[in-house]
Amino acid sequence: MTVLAHEDEYDEELPAWSLPAEARESIRIRAGWPERVTREWAWGGATGRGVSVCVLDSGIELDHPLVGEVQRSVAARKDGDTIVVEDDDQGDLCGHGTACAGIVRALAPDCELTSVRVLGAGYTGSAPVMLAGLEWAIDQGFDVVNMSLSTTKKQYVDRLHELADIAYFKRVMLIASAHNMPVESFPWRFASVISVGSHEQDDPEVFYANPKPPVEFFARGLNLDIAWLGGQTIRATGNSFATPHIAGICALILGKHPELTPFQLKSVLHLTASNVDE
Amino acid sequence: MSDLRAAVAAGVFGAEEGYRSLLRATVEVARAIFKAKAASVFLLDEATDELVFEAVAGEGAETLIGKRFPADTGVAGWVLVTRQPLVVDDLTADTRFSREAAESTGFVPKGLMAVPLLAEDRALGVLEVLDRPQQSQFTLAEMDLLGLFANQAAIAVDLLQRARRARAALEGDGELGALARIASKLEEGDEERRGTGLELLAALERLL
Repeated sequence: MTVLAHEDEYDEELPAWSLPAEARESIRIRAGWPERVTREWAWGGATGRGVSVCVLDSGIELDHPLVGEVQRSVAARKDGDTIVVEDDDQGDLCGHGTACAGIVRALAPDCELTSVRVLGAGYTGSAPVMLAGLEWAIDQGFDVVNMSLSTTKKQYVDRLHELADIAYFKRVMLIASAHNMPVESFPWRFASVISVGSHEQDDPEVFYANPKPPVEFFARGLNLDIAWLGGQTIRATGNSFATPHIAGICALILGKHPELTPFQLKSVLHLTASNVDE
Repeated sequence: MSDLRAAVAAGVFGAEEGYRSLLRATVEVARAIFKAKAASVFLLDEATDELVFEAVAGEGAETLIGKRFPADTGVAGWVLVTRQPLVVDDLTADTRFSREAAESTGFVPKGLMAVPLLAEDRALGVLEVLDRPQQSQFTLAEMDLLGLFANQAAIAVDLLQRARRARAALEGDGELGALARIASKLEEGDEERRGTGLELLAALERLL
């Protein structure tokens, strides 16, 4: 069982934020990017092997044929005044988390999947439980975290923003569903996450870079056959299904280029988007 | 009941009935526009963490109003908690959903569209449209339409909840209830008592 604590995030000793002349050589970065970044360079031949993907959602049904192995399942829940994250055998309370996991699996068959269930604490406990689940996922250092969910509660926005920034510099790429209703919701609006809306095409590898953010990418999200409860599939639509498409593609890219930071990963996505001219 | 109190109460009660009609009209139009078998609005009861059937058009309209279920289970619960709209078809494959739906609504929808009702930073409930024609492929334009209906329903729900809170305050032990009772006493008293009462109230106002 993990009891979450917030105190130690900024406990490291702070260095001077400057670069002395003699240190220049020590931070040399060999990017090895080609002159033109192509999909073949970015993820050709990749399967997501070695990449850990966390699905923060309603849980994942175990032994679903479209999901395959789930490395670990945990749930965040209220325990008095605190929130604990502990191993969980409840599976999926809705079907949605299983659907997202199935989409990631279809794109990145060899990635490692972990489920963090943040549904099941009632409506009133939902935002703090979501934050605790996210904090746990960042702490574990997953390469990619799929967040097909959002909150509108303003009192949690600062903490959510802080967590998104911590994830960004810890090389934990948060992929968040944009809202397709005209409301203020988070975390998809933050620049430190990748936000995803839907397009209407049927190809799982077609995605578009949006020149007018805050929604940064559009991926397949319409009339999809997705994994659901009871080992079944259903047909569904929503930005929340576009999001795991980008999560899956990120897993492929990181499988081939594990050194990429979230900033670089987002750049590769941009350069390989279906609407960006060669 | 004093004239003043009766007038305020009539306003609040009248408003509540009006907003309920608006909500009913919204679900009826949603059902008609999407050519669906039924449409409904669930309100969140934060005190019990449950979703409650508030307005229903079509199948189940007679029997469902007032039925409750936990606010964080099933498709409606997911939509409420995550604020994300969701459209699912072929739901009959989900045996758990089918059983729960049959128990709570008396029929098992093949598909549903669910969208959260949002007002500022609060989630008030969920709008669901059940069993639109299966042959039609869903489009993003329909998703936008669903969002527009949800906005309208959210405004009606917000007004309805305000009216209910106003009524509860008028009938309760809080400030508004106390003021309403004082207003009754003032209206019932003779001119001298009213004059004295108003002076006391003016003094209280200055003090506060």
